[in-house]
Amino acid sequence: MSNPASAPPVRRRRATDWKDVAFNACNYFFLTVLIIVTIYPFYYILIYSISDPIEAQKGVYLWPAGFSLEAYKTTIGLPGIRDAAIVSLGRTVIGTVITVFCCSFFAYLITKHEMPFRSTIYRFVLVTMYFNAGFIPWYLTMKAYGLQNSFMLYLLPSALVGFNVILIKTFIEQLPASLEESAKIDGAGYVRIFTSIVFPLSMPIIATIAVFAAVGQWNTWFDNYFLVSDPKLQTLQLVLYNLLNQTSNLSNLTSEQLTRGDLVRTMTPQSIRMTITMIVTLPIVLVYPLLQRYFVKGIMLGAVKG
Amino acid sequence: MELAHAAKKQHQPPKSGLFRKDGIKLLLMALPFAAVAFAFSYVPLFGWIYAFFDYKPGIPLSQTPFIGLENFRLMFDDPRMGPVLINTLALSLLSIATAPIPVLFAVMVSEVRSGWFKRLVQTTSTLPHYISWVIVYSLAFSMFSTEGAINAILYKLGISDMPVNVLGNYDRVWTVQTLLLLWKSVGWSAIIYLAAIVSIDSEQYDAAKVDGAGRLRIIWHITIPNIMPTFIVLLLLSISNLLSAGFEQYLVFTNAIVADRIEVLDLYVYRLGLITGDYSYSTAVGIFKSVISIVLLFSVNFLSKKFRGQGIV
Repeated sequence: MSNPASAPPVRRRRATDWKDVAFNACNYFFLTVLIIVTIYPFYYILIYSISDPIEAQKGVYLWPAGFSLEAYKTTIGLPGIRDAAIVSLGRTVIGTVITVFCCSFFAYLITKHEMPFRSTIYRFVLVTMYFNAGFIPWYLTMKAYGLQNSFMLYLLPSALVGFNVILIKTFIEQLPASLEESAKIDGAGYVRIFTSIVFPLSMPIIATIAVFAAVGQWNTWFDNYFLVSDPKLQTLQLVLYNLLNQTSNLSNLTSEQLTRGDLVRTMTPQSIRMTITMIVTLPIVLVYPLLQRYFVKGIMLGAVKG
Repeated sequence: MELAHAAKKQHQPPKSGLFRKDGIKLLLMALPFAAVAFAFSYVPLFGWIYAFFDYKPGIPLSQTPFIGLENFRLMFDDPRMGPVLINTLALSLLSIATAPIPVLFAVMVSEVRSGWFKRLVQTTSTLPHYISWVIVYSLAFSMFSTEGAINAILYKLGISDMPVNVLGNYDRVWTVQTLLLLWKSVGWSAIIYLAAIVSIDSEQYDAAKVDGAGRLRIIWHITIPNIMPTFIVLLLLSISNLLSAGFEQYLVFTNAIVADRIEVLDLYVYRLGLITGDYSYSTAVGIFKSVISIVLLFSVNFLSKKFRGQGIV
């Protein structure tokens, strides 16, 4: 009597189990394929760049063909690469410091209700998020400011970012007001309160913005492409772009050297290309897993605010 | 005393501090930042007047003839305008059509039970978001060029003995570019959906399980409806960006074979301006784009307010 009653649930559970296993298998399979599709190009560049350049020409798939750091030695020795690395690193560090300082100090000032025209100034800066004058007006204005062929071009236009200001302002507003008040009674001025109280307390959001700014600076190259022709101010990104398009002095020089025979037996243009790609990518690949949580925090705050 | 003072201050913020020393000090400190915003975001807007003059580089604007809306009229006679608009809209619409894929991906990741695998998938899938289009181009070149890895592998496996030039394929360029964009953005776009899934009330899931629903049913009836609002907002935002198909992507991937079908509005503006040197007409096309984008943004915002009860801007 009890058998017919208890049998169906058991059968149903078995069916679900089977479906569950199938579901998991499909899910894991597709996600694994996705991981491979994402990672393989990076992996390929890596193994190609550390392969023996001549061996690599015959084909590299899963493992390096031979092992040689010759490509790295040659690439680092190429004229212009070191300068470009310094420029890229310089704009990343200085640009990030400037953006972080401007956005956070301005956001702090905007939280002060005793400032006259406070909301007008705030809106004046925020509205810049929603419009863009366009390519030619931007180009002509930067030229008119004398920023053509100037390192300042990499730093100044990105100093104040409306979106960052919103994020920091929101963060500062939820800090306990009492801390600031007591410092004020002790005679500290705005700058002093900002540097010794507000800025250190805002570290979580400052870190998020610094990471956004740094990755942005490292990756930006169009300002360099359109307005900076001085080879001393070239960024690594543009060096790579020119090399891929075979339009730079560097690639001419490389192929010249290669055909002249100094390097022809040991080096190939492909190896140099892979190596530069690796050098440009490596800082990001090494750093981003550590900073991922800041990025996620940033995008979530942005979603709430925007 | 201090506490009372602080509390009092908090309750009654001074209404107007215009004549107070502190207020002036704050204003003086804030003004340089407003000046930076003015110099780099507002001043370029004055460049829009070039669109109304027959400007030639080298001749000051005061000596160039005023031509009114002539440049805007010219746009309708410009034979290149049609194809460029079609390219822009096609690439934008294709990327909107792939918008459900990050949703699907987020759902798949959320169904993974092993913690380390979940982290692995999330970390790897977001990596392409952090690299520039130049690097994506370099990676794509190493994979897909005629001597690239994919052709070599296909040849080795005996599947194909004719190398396929994926990046120089006129007929498939829209598909290839859409897939590249998807590769770069899928993990990043999924983050926001994953957060939405995490915030779903677990009681809903428990109730469904008690009712005997399978995993696919639970996904379909609980997960998907719960992330729909987020999806709609992002979809509306992408509609307002219809004319802003990514400039950098198409700039790096352009080549003699595919140039015709990959030239989007932003790229055309750049070519007109810097390569042809027609600053005035280029600026006019840029203004046309800006105006349409703003109209689209206000329209979707209006629609959103009407049907969802809240705007998206």
